[in-house]
Amino acid sequence: MSGPTPPDDSKETPPKRPVRKRPLRKRPLRKGLLRKRRLGKGKRPVRKRVPRKPKEMPTAPWEGPVPSALGERFADGIEKTVVLGGQKLVVASLAIAPKIVAFLKDAHGFDYLVDVTAVHWPKRERQFDLVWILYSFSLNERVRLKVTVAEGEAAPSVVSLYSSADWLEREVYDMFGIEFENHPDLRRILMPDEWEGFPLRRDYGILQQDGDWVRENLKIESAQ
Amino acid sequence: MAATTLAPPPAAEDTFLDSNELVLNMGPQHPSTHGVLRVILKLDGERVLGADCVIGYLHRGVEKIAENRTYQQFAPYVDRMDYVAAVSNGLGYCMAVEKLLDVEIPPRAQAVRVILTEVNRIASHLLWLGTHALDIGAITPVFLCFREREEALKIFENYCGARLTTHAFRIGGLQYETYDRFEEDCLAFCDLMEEKVKEYHALLTGNRIWVKRTKGVGILNAEDCKNYGVTGPLLRAAGVEWDLRKAQPYSGYDKYDFDVPTAESGDTFDRYIVRMQEMGQSCRIIRQAVGAIPEGPIKGKVGKVIKPPPGEAYVSIEAPKGELGYYVVSDGSLNPYRVRVRPPSFVNLGALDKMCRGTLVADVVAIIGTIDIVLGEVDR
Repeated sequence: MSGPTPPDDSKETPPKRPVRKRPLRKRPLRKGLLRKRRLGKGKRPVRKRVPRKPKEMPTAPWEGPVPSALGERFADGIEKTVVLGGQKLVVASLAIAPKIVAFLKDAHGFDYLVDVTAVHWPKRERQFDLVWILYSFSLNERVRLKVTVAEGEAAPSVVSLYSSADWLEREVYDMFGIEFENHPDLRRILMPDEWEGFPLRRDYGILQQDGDWVRENLKIESAQ
Repeated sequence: MAATTLAPPPAAEDTFLDSNELVLNMGPQHPSTHGVLRVILKLDGERVLGADCVIGYLHRGVEKIAENRTYQQFAPYVDRMDYVAAVSNGLGYCMAVEKLLDVEIPPRAQAVRVILTEVNRIASHLLWLGTHALDIGAITPVFLCFREREEALKIFENYCGARLTTHAFRIGGLQYETYDRFEEDCLAFCDLMEEKVKEYHALLTGNRIWVKRTKGVGILNAEDCKNYGVTGPLLRAAGVEWDLRKAQPYSGYDKYDFDVPTAESGDTFDRYIVRMQEMGQSCRIIRQAVGAIPEGPIKGKVGKVIKPPPGEAYVSIEAPKGELGYYVVSDGSLNPYRVRVRPPSFVNLGALDKMCRGTLVADVVAIIGTIDIVLGEVDR
């Protein structure tokens, strides 16, 4: 162990910084940092350790007549049937989604379509998750069906099965721009008809739109 | 059947006298539309052939706002959706995030949550009753209902300082302890309501005009209710005994003894009766809950920074208007990746066309009232 060699004080090259006279710390740095600092015995408050939450939601296999019937009927189209955080989830391919919905409705009594919604993941190749939530009054069970939809791809409408899908699908179209095939009246529902863009997409630029509006109407550069 | 697309107006060569169908615009500023709802009616004389709702006048992009807020920051926004039942909204949202976090709520917090939610249910039903009766032409009930609703709002005011958009609950439990006279106030409110519901019955139930205006109007049977996803008092009035508080109990509702009022025909009068009985049942729940508020902490083990693991959860509660669901997707960051609200008013309003067909124009007013919509929740 030796300290850094002091630079020679030759006159040809004047040093740019003042030269440090004292050699740098001789003791290895690590040892000092690791040593415990003591403020006095028992004076330091002891912080209770809260056990760390798991990093993922708990999943469990979903067993029962519904998943086994689904597995038999649509062997290749179903990616997984799982219980995620206590909630039943079916992940499937878009092509067979309406068949699964119809099958769940007719064979297992899922006669109430709770919700149709979507989630946008712009970095993925197939950008959208399309989600149907179904409920069965007879089984008192809720099932979530999830498929992926690519940008520009049309999803099948389930209005012929459930009338409640009418407005819900219109809202998904309005907010995400996912078109539904065979929907009787697919147009915007919450936004004005002439609106451009789909607000609930993650890459929908609210700040840029705000800036444009402020520049045009308030004649200032930015309101942010 | 879907909501009608209305035919374009008749061509110039058709004279006015020849065309039997009339398109009538109702709203968005009509007093009976409870906000800014526009209904385009297609009429044959007085008879309604179809109704098309134009909504979105109150659209504020609540779900978009959620993307740019932390989990706690977004909680007050949900109160602004169904501002008549803000406490229920808050409960649903908190429960959804708690589901993602997988935390347990202490029993004391659960009991207080139940009490406040039920007080809010009564307040919401009172506002519905007053305005619904006002739409149909009875002026008196609205004053009486607002008088009693004031008592409910006072409880909220004493509890958390706010009357309408309360933000009463926090993720993980409660922010505030109950105030000193909380129990007495709640019991006094129950006493008052049980007395006053009789008064409303005396005013309306046997009233010939009321019965004529509501019986057989806007019928939606159980089959149609399920088909249209209609929940809440509308579904129960059609004879389906389904209430999420019973079917999938949450927040300790399984500890309380209460009935789910139902009726048979699914018309406007039955919905009125069901909601009136629900007020009584809410009082029953409040009495039981107030009598047995457990001791203990009011907040579960939730960190100051809420950061749920990546995942998703759908949690729904029985709001005064029907099933109110929150579908929350987390990507593991501080902000919710997506919050989807499944609003009961929005879905129930989707059945308006079905309910209006074949009725008279004046009945449309009664039907809009009986669905019990809040446009803040329809448009979000």
